[in-house]
Amino acid sequence: MSSQDIPEENLPAEQDHAHGAVTVADEENPFADPGLPPHEHRIQDIDEQAARRSERAVALLFTLSMLATVGFIVSYVAIPHDKSIFVFPIGHISALNFALGLTLGTALFCIGAGAVHWARTLMSDVEVPAERHPIEAPAEVRAQVHADFRQGAKESALGRRKLIRNTMLGALTLVPLSGVMLLRDLGPLPGTSLRHTLWAKGKRLVNMNTNQPLRPEDVAVGSLTFAKPDGLEEKSEDFQNEIAKAALMIVRLQPGNIKDKRELDWAHEGIVAFSKICTHVGCPISLYEQQTHHVLCPCHQSTFDLSDGARVIFGPAGHALPQLRIGVDSEGYLQALGDFEEPVGPAFWERG
Amino acid sequence: MSTADNQESRARGKAPAGERVADWADGRLGIYSLAKANMRKIFPDHWSFMLGEVCLYSFIIIILTGVYLTLFFHPSMNEVEYHGSYVPLQGQLMSEAFNSTLHISFDVRGGLLVRQIHHWSALIFLAGMFVHMMRVFFTGAFRKPREINWLFGFLLFVLGMFTGFTGYSLPDDLLSGTGVRFTEGAILSMPIVGTYISYFLFGGEFPGHDFVARFYSIHILLLPGIMLGLVVGHLILVFYHKHTQFAGPGKTEKNVVGMPLLPVYMAKAGGFFFLVFGAIAVIAAIAQINPIWAMGPYRPDQVSTGAQPDWYMGFAEGLVRYMPGWEINFWGHTLVLGVFIPLVLFGVVLGAIAVYPFIESWVTGDKSEHHILDRPRNAPTRTGFGVAWITVYMVGLVGGGNDLWATHFHLSINAVTWFVRISFFVGPVVAFIATKRICLGLQRRDHEKVLHGRETGIIKRLPHGEFIEVHEPLSQEQLHTLTAHQQYAPAEIGPTVDENGVERKVKGSEKLRVKLSNAYYGEDNQIQKPTVDEYKEITSGHGHH
Amino acid sequence: MKKLSVRRRHPLAAVVVLLLALAATGGLYAAFAPASKAQADETAQSLTIKEGKKLYEVGCASCHGTGGQGSSDGPSLVGVGAAAVDFQVATGRMPAATSQGPQVVKKKNIYTQAQIDQLAAYIASLGAGPNVPTEQQYGPEGADIAKGGELFRTNCAQCHNFTGKGGALTKGKFAPTLEGVAPKHIYEAMQTGPQNMPSFPDTTLSEKNKKDIIAYLHAVNGSDTENPGGMELGGLGPVSEGLFAWIFGLGVLIAVAVWVAARTAKAKKS
Repeated sequence: MSSQDIPEENLPAEQDHAHGAVTVADEENPFADPGLPPHEHRIQDIDEQAARRSERAVALLFTLSMLATVGFIVSYVAIPHDKSIFVFPIGHISALNFALGLTLGTALFCIGAGAVHWARTLMSDVEVPAERHPIEAPAEVRAQVHADFRQGAKESALGRRKLIRNTMLGALTLVPLSGVMLLRDLGPLPGTSLRHTLWAKGKRLVNMNTNQPLRPEDVAVGSLTFAKPDGLEEKSEDFQNEIAKAALMIVRLQPGNIKDKRELDWAHEGIVAFSKICTHVGCPISLYEQQTHHVLCPCHQSTFDLSDGARVIFGPAGHALPQLRIGVDSEGYLQALGDFEEPVGPAFWERG
Repeated sequence: MSTADNQESRARGKAPAGERVADWADGRLGIYSLAKANMRKIFPDHWSFMLGEVCLYSFIIIILTGVYLTLFFHPSMNEVEYHGSYVPLQGQLMSEAFNSTLHISFDVRGGLLVRQIHHWSALIFLAGMFVHMMRVFFTGAFRKPREINWLFGFLLFVLGMFTGFTGYSLPDDLLSGTGVRFTEGAILSMPIVGTYISYFLFGGEFPGHDFVARFYSIHILLLPGIMLGLVVGHLILVFYHKHTQFAGPGKTEKNVVGMPLLPVYMAKAGGFFFLVFGAIAVIAAIAQINPIWAMGPYRPDQVSTGAQPDWYMGFAEGLVRYMPGWEINFWGHTLVLGVFIPLVLFGVVLGAIAVYPFIESWVTGDKSEHHILDRPRNAPTRTGFGVAWITVYMVGLVGGGNDLWATHFHLSINAVTWFVRISFFVGPVVAFIATKRICLGLQRRDHEKVLHGRETGIIKRLPHGEFIEVHEPLSQEQLHTLTAHQQYAPAEIGPTVDENGVERKVKGSEKLRVKLSNAYYGEDNQIQKPTVDEYKEITSGHGHH
Repeated sequence: MKKLSVRRRHPLAAVVVLLLALAATGGLYAAFAPASKAQADETAQSLTIKEGKKLYEVGCASCHGTGGQGSSDGPSLVGVGAAAVDFQVATGRMPAATSQGPQVVKKKNIYTQAQIDQLAAYIASLGAGPNVPTEQQYGPEGADIAKGGELFRTNCAQCHNFTGKGGALTKGKFAPTLEGVAPKHIYEAMQTGPQNMPSFPDTTLSEKNKKDIIAYLHAVNGSDTENPGGMELGGLGPVSEGLFAWIFGLGVLIAVAVWVAARTAKAKKS
């Protein structure tokens, strides 16, 4: 590859790098590097009045910072933490947060602004070049290091005594396994736990809102209700884990509107119970459109058709929402006729 | 003890206190040789060179505020009843993590401010790293000798994403819990090991009782520890390599032109820390972030619409949202492509930008050091690739907020999703072609400018009636700046027959390299910069035009 | 997407809407003007229904059928109850324009409350349905705000967002924001399930539950709700926060960086 050589004519002209050196324009090469331009003075460099103005500005900024810190301390002590104020156009906000933030911000910002103004106007602004040195070591250093290494390696006899080398490598390879083993008790093995929920034959469907078992006549066409299995209370030890699988979404359709035969069989008078947990990655799906019978997931917009076996009609979910088979017990309450027939929630390797 | 020694120590005794302390330290730490090399270190002035400082300072702010938050935060998932001062949650069951975050927000004076500074800094930290990385990319600052530092920076960006994500999950509110649930679903989608990893991470079934405590140690110890190490390494390398600079008069590959660390950059960089901290504190005073009290405690059966992660995960969120729901079942197993492909793509897209420096150096075959930055226009293929990459990233971000696009622009969410699906493929291609053309156009303009001078906009009428625009010839500084960049010639396949007449086989990789090299530096892919002869011919031949 | 916006932005769209509105108001005026005269000789109730029927025939019958039985342009109103009428008409959703895109949106109400009550009485007479709630039902007294929050997150937030800012549904439909919606109308919407919103009848979401939800909404999305941390940024969560961090956070810092790195003004060469 021709490449890395910079065309001869563009190499920098030989020149004195000393600051301000003015090189005579190279007659031969109009593109040659003319060298650093001469330094120009700022007003502050030549006018002491201007410099003093800058000094005062810097001092003013530092003083402002001090005042702001005092303001911070006063605010902290004086403003009650639950005081609310209205600030246009922000709205009703916490007076303490607003005061502390503004004073702290001002205190910090003024220190920074002062320092930068000082650097920009009063410190020397002469640009100077510094030489770079190649990162690579010179050839002799390189040779020396290689030789030293070979010498060391030879003295260790690692190359010659293969038994030592091999057993050492073996030991070093195995020893991290202990660390991996120790991670085993991070959690139990999955087993079949993802396949089961609290639902079982005879479990009543309890209304999430009222905590009362549901009757078929409670559930109107076009309504949306969420249910949990009887006996699962919010204060139960495993409420979060169990509700994560057992949460149920109940709607009632006109039986004539149900297109899927199995869905109709597993319904009770048009009341269908689907898992509330999206089969994509497990968000509680429940954006039910009662006219279209579509239910949309707010996380990734998977859309299911509840009138057609909850099959996926849009979005990234891979399979239909599992349906719970329901009926009515002797006292007229809705009950489950068994657990879900397939795992609820997101798909996984062993799901099958 | 000799007299000379005595005299010397007496002399030292009279030296200013600061000097004596420094002498003491030098005798033990050898600070003088370190200071000799660095105290008057030269840094060039350019606003875009300060983007890295924005990241460094927001990182420091995050650590400072984070330490404060650990004093009050309880990383526990034990259920408690709320009895703090926020009325709309009175008596609600929630985890201790959520409870203590409410306590920080409402009952610790200044706690809300520190929380908000912490969170705003995190968003700005990631945004700063993104922009800093793009600055380095588009100016070619990743070239030798800085490839390793590029990787350090890239790792910081990726680790920053995960540190941010774990931190966002700690309050155990409804929004972040939904995000954790999504993570669990994504882990489950991994073939063979997914279920096991999920059970090990969550200590059993989701959500379990462990993840807040585990995320906590990852968030405050493991990831920031690694990041701190990388930041130090990143800075040492910046010092060691010395900063890059743009081409200009007096600036060469062998020097760096600027102002010294002491005092100018001490004041500017030190001052900039306070400016960044101050600005973020003011933002935290006026803009609310992550109001967990409005979202409520996490429950796996509740959700809110508009469930999005913080912006830096938005691109991953988008990938998941616009992926079609592919799922394959075979031999009793499920391959959840609808989730797993986005997971893989997430790594592939990020990885593409990480390995780019190595691909480019392989194509150019260039082994020399580069300290003069490229103007993006002078590397059209690289610039095109970078813009295409950003396009993929932005398409992901749009996809991640598809529901808000739909509601705010009165569009159909399905249409937005389809638009994003198509853009994922078409967008980068269009962006690449358009960017490259723009770059070539700008190169042509530079070419014109060098040869014919700057268009002054002054129209002159010649005695015989012709109108011409007066072109002002460029100064030598400008001529040098516009022609200082180096241009590669496309690679060719070397002779296939060696000097002994033996035919050698041309390897596939070599053919590929030549092809790529032509795509980079071939005839239509860069504009040859004007030569001295061309310039002389024009300036002397026709007179000034 | 395109079809939709094209139609909505059609130059004649505004004219069509205007003509419809004029026709409706003009027609209504003609119908109402003589309405107040004949009250004396009939019972108040049946008179109200009669007046309602007149209003119905002018404003609603073309879509919902002369007897409220529904047609291809509008659903049957038998059994929807007075609450549905009060909600739909008082929020301006009904009468709807003939072509209204994916869903009928809230607009300026053109009826007086008395006329709405008449219409509601007429529709209620067609078949039993939920009544218009009373102040006692939706008022804040005795409500449990925290319980309301939990109920809101279970039943409402999935569509309407944490604090009722609204959200997207399929194919251009959306759950509207609940900001500034009268408590009575929120109550009615829960009872009757307008358009694609499912209903939450008293049998599954008790009266007390509804009261709690309304009280919670008032607490977190009322006109004087406090956002302690500062600007609410739309209450939309991380998307608007991210935009803010980029534009104002990083934007300000870059502006500062430009100042820090810029050359100081040079003294003019004399």
